[in-house]
Amino acid sequence: MSTHLRWLVFIGLLVVFCGYVVAPAAWKGVTPDAEICEVYRRDPTISTAGVRCDENVVLDLNNDGTPDFTLRISQNLGLDLVGGLRVLLRADIDTQAYAPEDLQSAMRETANNINRRVNGLGLTEATIQQQGTNLLLVELPGVRDREQAVSTIQQTALLEFVDFAGLGAVTLDYEGRSILTTEQLALAQQRGTGVDDVLLQRQRDPSGNPFSTVFTGAILARASALLAPIQQGGLPVWHIAFEIKPEFQEAFANYTSSRTGEPMAIVLDGEVISAPTIRQALSDGGIITGDFDEDSAKRLALQLQSGALPIPLTVEGADEVGATLGQVSVERSIRAGLIGVFVVLTFMVVYYRVPGAAADLALIVFVLINLALFKLIPVTVTLPAITGFLISIGTAVDGNILIFERIKEELRAGKDLQAALDAGFHRAWTSIRDSNLSTIIIGLILFFFGQTPGASIVSGFAITLILGLFVNLFTAVIVTRTFLYLFAHLGRQTLATRQWLMGI
Amino acid sequence: MNNTILTIVVAAIAVGILAYGIATRRRVSAFELVQNRRLFFFISAAIIVPGLVIMGYSLITTGALFRLSIDFVGGSIYDITFQQAGATEDNIRAVFAGAGDDGVIIQNIGGAGSNRWSVRGAFQDTETIERILDQLATIAPIDRNSFQQQSVSPSIGREVTQAAFLAVLFAALVVTGFMVVAFRQVPNAMRYGLCAVAAMLHDLLVVMGIMSLMGLLFGWEVDALFLTAILTVVGFSVQDTIVLFDRIRENIPLRLGEPYETIVNRSIWESIHRSLATQLNAFFIMIAIMLFGGETVRQFIFILFAGLLTGSYSSIFTAVPLLVAWEKGELPFMKGDLVEETAAAAA
Repeated sequence: MSTHLRWLVFIGLLVVFCGYVVAPAAWKGVTPDAEICEVYRRDPTISTAGVRCDENVVLDLNNDGTPDFTLRISQNLGLDLVGGLRVLLRADIDTQAYAPEDLQSAMRETANNINRRVNGLGLTEATIQQQGTNLLLVELPGVRDREQAVSTIQQTALLEFVDFAGLGAVTLDYEGRSILTTEQLALAQQRGTGVDDVLLQRQRDPSGNPFSTVFTGAILARASALLAPIQQGGLPVWHIAFEIKPEFQEAFANYTSSRTGEPMAIVLDGEVISAPTIRQALSDGGIITGDFDEDSAKRLALQLQSGALPIPLTVEGADEVGATLGQVSVERSIRAGLIGVFVVLTFMVVYYRVPGAAADLALIVFVLINLALFKLIPVTVTLPAITGFLISIGTAVDGNILIFERIKEELRAGKDLQAALDAGFHRAWTSIRDSNLSTIIIGLILFFFGQTPGASIVSGFAITLILGLFVNLFTAVIVTRTFLYLFAHLGRQTLATRQWLMGI
Repeated sequence: MNNTILTIVVAAIAVGILAYGIATRRRVSAFELVQNRRLFFFISAAIIVPGLVIMGYSLITTGALFRLSIDFVGGSIYDITFQQAGATEDNIRAVFAGAGDDGVIIQNIGGAGSNRWSVRGAFQDTETIERILDQLATIAPIDRNSFQQQSVSPSIGREVTQAAFLAVLFAALVVTGFMVVAFRQVPNAMRYGLCAVAAMLHDLLVVMGIMSLMGLLFGWEVDALFLTAILTVVGFSVQDTIVLFDRIRENIPLRLGEPYETIVNRSIWESIHRSLATQLNAFFIMIAIMLFGGETVRQFIFILFAGLLTGSYSSIFTAVPLLVAWEKGELPFMKGDLVEETAAAAA
């Protein structure tokens, strides 16, 4: 009995924990719509002054203000449920311009560029994933204006060299910030969009004017990261070497000689990615030194390269889902799930009586654990994902049924209650394990199929199905067993004399 | 017109096979499931053969076994709800033709008088889609909140098709391997494994047949979710067969005196409660989803439902009878050795 008691305590704790995780955010005082949360999502390091913007559990054991342990809890709803736009893009990387070993990084850089651009649109919840070798899947929940979104994403990167002369020590403050430049304004004028919200949010120089763009990425011939000594006999350090196209060399020489000793900002899509100081007059090229390691040097080189030789993106597929359609789907799925589960619970208790009640409790634990896992992992909840989960509920009781049918047989064969329970759980285990395993294997194959660009909805179904089957191995056997032994212990006399309670 | 003829031909084939099977069945008690195996083989054939005929016809006329969705061949699907009446098949077709796509398939969904339309056309870039939408909005304002659009380029479609073939091939290999491993301790493990695989193929053919029939009757299209359903069916099919074979494997040493068919029959009846109870629970959930759930997964659930049904059916009525037929040497080219085996087990 003591093992069962220990399991009972464990299951109790598990239920409390999962219950907390599953509870809707609103019950926990989380107000994601508060104004400060908008800022927080852009910069998670700021203090929200007691306002809870997410459901994360943060433990600060020594009270020093920095969390020692953070448990991430979030409910990710898929695009088909919240509505929005999903775009599959193919990056046509010029294999002449990028070394084969750089292709992967060039893809990552392209993804970063897209991220920067969609963030500029105010879409903080956008996700960008690489699929296959040169495909990117961009999900933009809540996007209404499809044309604007797609054209923003497809925009080729704008690389600018901006005059930071006279900024002195303030230069560092601008790194990583978005600034407004003369070139951006000129481009906006050309496109006829004028100064839109995106440009308005960008920072101006200390006197309130746009920064002045000196050159664009068009002057660059190439850029690459190097590990070599900069001075004769020095230690090798990471730096970036760049070359200027011949036709711009004179202008570049004139500018650098007039601004020697002053900082010059490298700005990609409005964001200051670096602001090196011009050490000497340059003409056909030069190097950028700084506190670079291998990653940051290669990254900056790629950013320069992608600014100089933009990677065109072509749309290979798109999904647009209206917001209301998604809402209707959520409501319908929840209703279908509740009805289905209710019928299953009723069936089990009517058909199997006391063991059925134990299975019902186990099924409730099963649902709780699964829902908690969805928020902990987190699993993006889509319609196929919900369906996979519901199907796994339908099959979750299979394990219990195998066990109960065994128990009934053993009881009919004249065994006493305890022996019948032991035999039932023991003998059904191989069947349960093997049969779950075969479906898990299929689930894995589905998951990999779902990694194919264009078949991504499949992976949602596969993930929830696999999770469900694993959780089921635990709940169908251990949780049911714990409850059933508990019932058997509490009502030993009654159960022994009234076999119909055992479903016979 | 062609479809009507095909439907009649296919129905005639199904009825013919069934009638022949029933007319020539052995006169034994209905409870002796295994002894009735010949009849069950005919029932399976009555579903599979018409399916094969439809798929063959489809292969000859369209070059593919099924009506394929844009997931596999590329294209665009629009789900448009107008805020007012006024849209007709003709004026919608004119808008698409104006954008250079004159092969669109247009359907009014949601019953007569509904303002909701579904259009399937060629793959278009973003600007063209926006232009089409602007044009459509001149017919009647479009409700953008319930608008849904999906487009897949042909090259992505090809990639998905390739991945789909790979997935099916891989699943077949892995499942066969799994069966052999699961039954490695049984004499003639290969036999059990192959019979389970045969049942799995049976289920695949049945589900594919049903899908092709639904395509013929209701224009259902095979998409990535259909493949998901097919593979899930494979998993369930194997799951059911394993449970049943487990029971036979357990009963053989316990009941050495009995004829093999009786042991097998007993095993089926012992596990039929479990099969029915499990089926019922899965059906409760699936029926709930079909009746109350989102419409996008309805077709998927239907196929899954059919697959689960045939999965349970085939374990009892295909896998096991096949095993018995094999063990008794009834299969052509397969030597049965039931006598030696029972003797060996007794020793």
